[in-house]
Amino acid sequence: MSADAAPSERVLEVPDLSLVVLVGASGSGKSTFAAQHFGPFEVVSSDHCRGLVADDVDDQAATADAFDVLHHIAGVRLRRGNLTVVDATNVQADARRQLVALAREHDVLPVAVVLDLPERVCLERNAARPDRDFGAHVVKRHRDALRRSLRSLRREGFRTVHVLSSVEEVAAARVVRTPLRSDLRDQHGPFDVVGDVHGCRSELETLLGELGYALTRDEQGRPVDAVHPQGRRAVFLGDLVDRGPDSPGVLRLVMGMVEAGHALAVPGNHEAKLVRALDGRDVSVTHGLETTLAQIAAIEDDDERREFRERVRAFADGLVSHLVLDGGKLVVAHAGLKESYHNRASGRVRSFALYGDTTGESDEFGLPVRLDWARDYRGRATVLYGHVPTPELEWVNGTLCLDTGVVFGGALSALRWPERESVQVPAEAVHYEPVRPLVADRPVRDDDDLALTDVVSPDGAGRGVETRLAGRVAVAAEQAAGALEVMSRFAVDPHLLWYLPATMAPAGGWADAPDLLEHPQAAFEAYRKAGVTDLLCEEKHMGSRAVVLVSRSRDGLAPWSSTGGVVHTRTGRSFFGDELTLALLDGVRAAAERAGLWDELCGGAAGGGGGEQWLLLDAELLPWSAKAEELLRGQYAAVGAAARAALPAAVVVLEQAAARGQDVGALLERTRQREVDAAAFTEAYRRYVWPTGVSEGRLDGVQLAPFQVLAAGTAGGALTFGDRDHGWHLSVADRLVGADPQLFRTTRRLRVDAADAASCGAGTSWWTDLTAAGGEGMVVKPFAGAALRGPKGVVQPGTKVRGAEYLRLVYGPGYAADLERLKQRQVGRKRSLALREHALGVESLARLADGEPLWRVHEAVFAVLALESEPVDPRL
Amino acid sequence: MLLTISAEASPAMPTASDLGFLLHKHPDRAQSTEVFGGTAHVLWPEADGHRATAALLLDVDTAALQRSRGRRETPEAFALADHVNDRPYVASSLLAVALGKVFRTALAGRCDARPELPGAALPLEVGVPSLVSRGGAALVERLFSPLGWDVEARTQPLDPLVPAWGESRVVGVRLRGTLRLADALAQLYVLLPVLDDAKHYWVSADEVDKLVRAGGDWLPAHPDRELVMTRYLRHQRSLVRDAVARLDDTEGLPLDDTETGGPATTDDGRTTPLAVLRREAVLAVLREAGAASVVDLGCGEGGLVRELLRDPHLTRVVGADVSARELDRAARRIGTDRLPDTVAARLELLQTSATYRDDRLAGVDAVVLVEVVEHLDPPRLPALERSVFAHARPRTVVVTTPNAEHNVRYPGLAAGAFRHPDHRFEWTRAEFAAWASQVAERRGYAVVVRPVGQDDDEVGPPTQMAVFTRRETSEGAA
Repeated sequence: MSADAAPSERVLEVPDLSLVVLVGASGSGKSTFAAQHFGPFEVVSSDHCRGLVADDVDDQAATADAFDVLHHIAGVRLRRGNLTVVDATNVQADARRQLVALAREHDVLPVAVVLDLPERVCLERNAARPDRDFGAHVVKRHRDALRRSLRSLRREGFRTVHVLSSVEEVAAARVVRTPLRSDLRDQHGPFDVVGDVHGCRSELETLLGELGYALTRDEQGRPVDAVHPQGRRAVFLGDLVDRGPDSPGVLRLVMGMVEAGHALAVPGNHEAKLVRALDGRDVSVTHGLETTLAQIAAIEDDDERREFRERVRAFADGLVSHLVLDGGKLVVAHAGLKESYHNRASGRVRSFALYGDTTGESDEFGLPVRLDWARDYRGRATVLYGHVPTPELEWVNGTLCLDTGVVFGGALSALRWPERESVQVPAEAVHYEPVRPLVADRPVRDDDDLALTDVVSPDGAGRGVETRLAGRVAVAAEQAAGALEVMSRFAVDPHLLWYLPATMAPAGGWADAPDLLEHPQAAFEAYRKAGVTDLLCEEKHMGSRAVVLVSRSRDGLAPWSSTGGVVHTRTGRSFFGDELTLALLDGVRAAAERAGLWDELCGGAAGGGGGEQWLLLDAELLPWSAKAEELLRGQYAAVGAAARAALPAAVVVLEQAAARGQDVGALLERTRQREVDAAAFTEAYRRYVWPTGVSEGRLDGVQLAPFQVLAAGTAGGALTFGDRDHGWHLSVADRLVGADPQLFRTTRRLRVDAADAASCGAGTSWWTDLTAAGGEGMVVKPFAGAALRGPKGVVQPGTKVRGAEYLRLVYGPGYAADLERLKQRQVGRKRSLALREHALGVESLARLADGEPLWRVHEAVFAVLALESEPVDPRL
Repeated sequence: MLLTISAEASPAMPTASDLGFLLHKHPDRAQSTEVFGGTAHVLWPEADGHRATAALLLDVDTAALQRSRGRRETPEAFALADHVNDRPYVASSLLAVALGKVFRTALAGRCDARPELPGAALPLEVGVPSLVSRGGAALVERLFSPLGWDVEARTQPLDPLVPAWGESRVVGVRLRGTLRLADALAQLYVLLPVLDDAKHYWVSADEVDKLVRAGGDWLPAHPDRELVMTRYLRHQRSLVRDAVARLDDTEGLPLDDTETGGPATTDDGRTTPLAVLRREAVLAVLREAGAASVVDLGCGEGGLVRELLRDPHLTRVVGADVSARELDRAARRIGTDRLPDTVAARLELLQTSATYRDDRLAGVDAVVLVEVVEHLDPPRLPALERSVFAHARPRTVVVTTPNAEHNVRYPGLAAGAFRHPDHRFEWTRAEFAAWASQVAERRGYAVVVRPVGQDDDEVGPPTQMAVFTRRETSEGAA
């Protein structure tokens, strides 16, 4: 606003998101004006568009195409929320009609700025420009059309019209951008958002009391204001009136709070109707309006009644249909609001905010059929709303309906923001009989189902997932298409799939040990260079990576799981069928119970009873053959069998040939070496095979080696432990091992100081002993934990250093002969992939802990699978 | 990787070491040749007047093989087979190609030094200590015996220390017979990759030329010629047809044999394949319902889509599948690039998933799920229910699935086993009816269940089909 405007100034207020339409004859100085007051990209000029399509800014034959382009550019800018100025003559009503329609289509306000300058000025200016050689008649025609238009601009739909009638006025003009009335992003609360009150004054008084407000009463004892000692403010979601016992009392209190700055309010459909009734318009006095009107009419004192009616009318009429609060993180509207309407202004935005997304049909109770906008909501802002009474508060995709039907005998609800804690006060009575039963008959939940567009782009474009650790992680469309089948047909239910482990980067080689592809010293050095020296070496188990989600009771994750959790692989598949999964999870449950982990780890999370507590563990499941038997048989054993059949025969043939004097020495030697390699390869894979009862439906022989607590929580909330060091994580694992040493397996470990040569040497010896004894190798991790950001950015959460024998299973039996080439492998790519997947994994857990909707968690989980997927052509 | 050819002295070739003349290799010298994938060595472990043995040893260079596959764009896990594979140890197409190159002249039946030898049948012995046979030792016997070989074939256990794993596909083979050397070489050249059912290169039309050249003399009379041609030509039907014509086989090929199309499941006493009966049943339902647009959700290779396109009442046919690879196959089978514009305009193939809701499926008249639900884990069925019945919400939904009770009528199917390894469950009639009526109830549909195939008095039909019709009231709307 411009109270301080100098007298010589002419202030032009323009909403900061609007379509500004310049209107003026050729030569009136529109382009100059636009350049002075708006940014270069904000102005879209018809001359420029003519040039774009026809290489000639004056080619009148290209006008239609030029305006096509102009409307398109303006439309895209408005959709993206950018103020746009149209620099064209716009003296014809039809040209302006199209622009008003464009503004409405994008729910922004159209503003007209008219440069109504004398004809003489326009002619002089045109004469001074060599490229404007059209005659005076053109300017005159523009001027005539403009004069005819001036009166009708508001009727055409322009909400703001500024007319500048002289060169002096134009020179004195200053454009001031004003925020939309809905835009209260600078107000950060904290707030207490209150659902539909419907005249239930007594319950409202109780609720405000519970929320910590102190009521102020007038001389008659009626509450007229409420103040919170910490300066919190209430936000009323509308439908203050109708049906309940004391609508005037509620209005008196809320109006007092709003006027005193202790509350904000948005209107409900009942306030809208009340305004029309108070205006004396013809409305049907039903759905509780009759009670409000009767209660107002019952105010005995004539003056007071008249004054009250006036005050209510002015208050309700002045409410803005939705508010955007707290830096854009919170949106309130009576009936909710879809994302594209946030901070927009149009008739349909208001209508959506008041009445919701209705189909125009009615249901069997005569009530409007509502489209479930919340199910489709994918916005980042939390939307709080009321309007539809629901039996319980239930978050749906980051939206929450706070109307719990107090007037129908339910409860009056509020949500503390930003704490997200709910406070409820039960109804004192059934004040009004509901038309439709309040207890919704909802056998299946459809609200949080996933849309295909949450994970893939059907138009073949790539996607990106914003992560707090590493920014935007791009996912190619080809890879998402490849992951779709795995996720749909093989992975566990997304409601239980909260995390997929990232791939892990391997260590490089070390000059002192040229016959090793991966060496501990290389891992230590890499971390040292990244500024991290406190390291933990963990034994790399000879099993399969397993993510264990387990609830304290068997039905703790119902209805999604009948086994009280899942044990899934790196690609989200369940390791076992229901029976074995249940047996395995029962074992984990019992061990966690004995170890006393449940309350300790889950206790800090909000809400939920003991049975609903759950743990999410990162672990290794052994033996490898329990999951990968098919790979072991079909790939490893098959190679071993072929080598056993071929190589001895080849050696015999070569020996005979050599005996006959043929020169086969080098080949014979190489073939003998291959025989040795193949035998060693067979030995290597056999270490991963040990008998289990899995094929007979028993768990004996199966072990879990947990090494990280990913998250813990209850039905009401989750905690992550990325900030705990690995010493803590392994201490939790040790307690599980202590509780059930048969099911759980310990992870051997050694702490290494990468800055200390002796310590690094000890780490190397530890690894050498481990692998010499047949071990797979180790993983080196920053001791401080997984979510660590080192002094130079995100650090690899782990680096694997695998033993020479194990690597035969990765690079083939005789990879040592090819070592020099293998050393050139592109570890950089793998490291980058590991970091991106790690960022996504941390992200999915953080979103879970933030109570974000399923699609947000799933988006990150799916992206990990996509990055691990073979690309396929998504355009089909 | 290793193949030996031995010849005994015989009236046609009194000096066994003359095998060197026939093979164009000196019997006292080792020779080596660079071939694709490594180095081919020809050695002579024995060569005297009585018996001579030439050994072809292919020293496979795994690194070179990996390079030839080009740089992989995928993470390590998917490239595992590049590093860990049996190619260096078995007589595969790599060896066959090496044989064709190293013994080219012998294969052609030319020997300028001993012109009488190529035409003579000689007592030969061929040893292949390690080959891969999809079909085991029995298939080796089946393929070589009819050609006059005495076959000795021994399978190799997968791992002698893990007896539970059983036999591998690796077979050690010894063949004895009196044949012309060129024929023996040609048979090995063709049959080694046929046994393996794999080739290291992409097969194109000139592969038919090679087959005609190498097999023209013996293949037409071979009792398993269909299998040989199909596998040799990598199951490409058009190439097989071409080869058949050129080998002058007037009988033609039954292309739906086990090698190409999978067994045509027939319903008892009738010869129409069940898949055809299912399509007919679905088409009949769509006609009854008067549907003009239909989504075949889980269209696979597009068999039904092709039928749907033939029905002019269907103005929009959408083939949808979760697998991009299947859609690719469907596009080829339907021949999308050859369709007339008017037909192409009615067809859409798109990748989607029954467990995610997809706006592109909304607004069609009918969605059909033919043998799809049983490929989803039961916990995912509610998601499928939501996306089809609540979100797409067509007037008609058709679901077909196997009737588990009928499985006892398949003699080849073990008790309790499923019809397909990917089936997650198979429902009895009661189970299917219960699921269908619950879905109908929840989603505001009427449902009838019909039999497809012969309705057995005792165990019911092989396939069961539920036809859902949306109730035209607003209740039950999602």
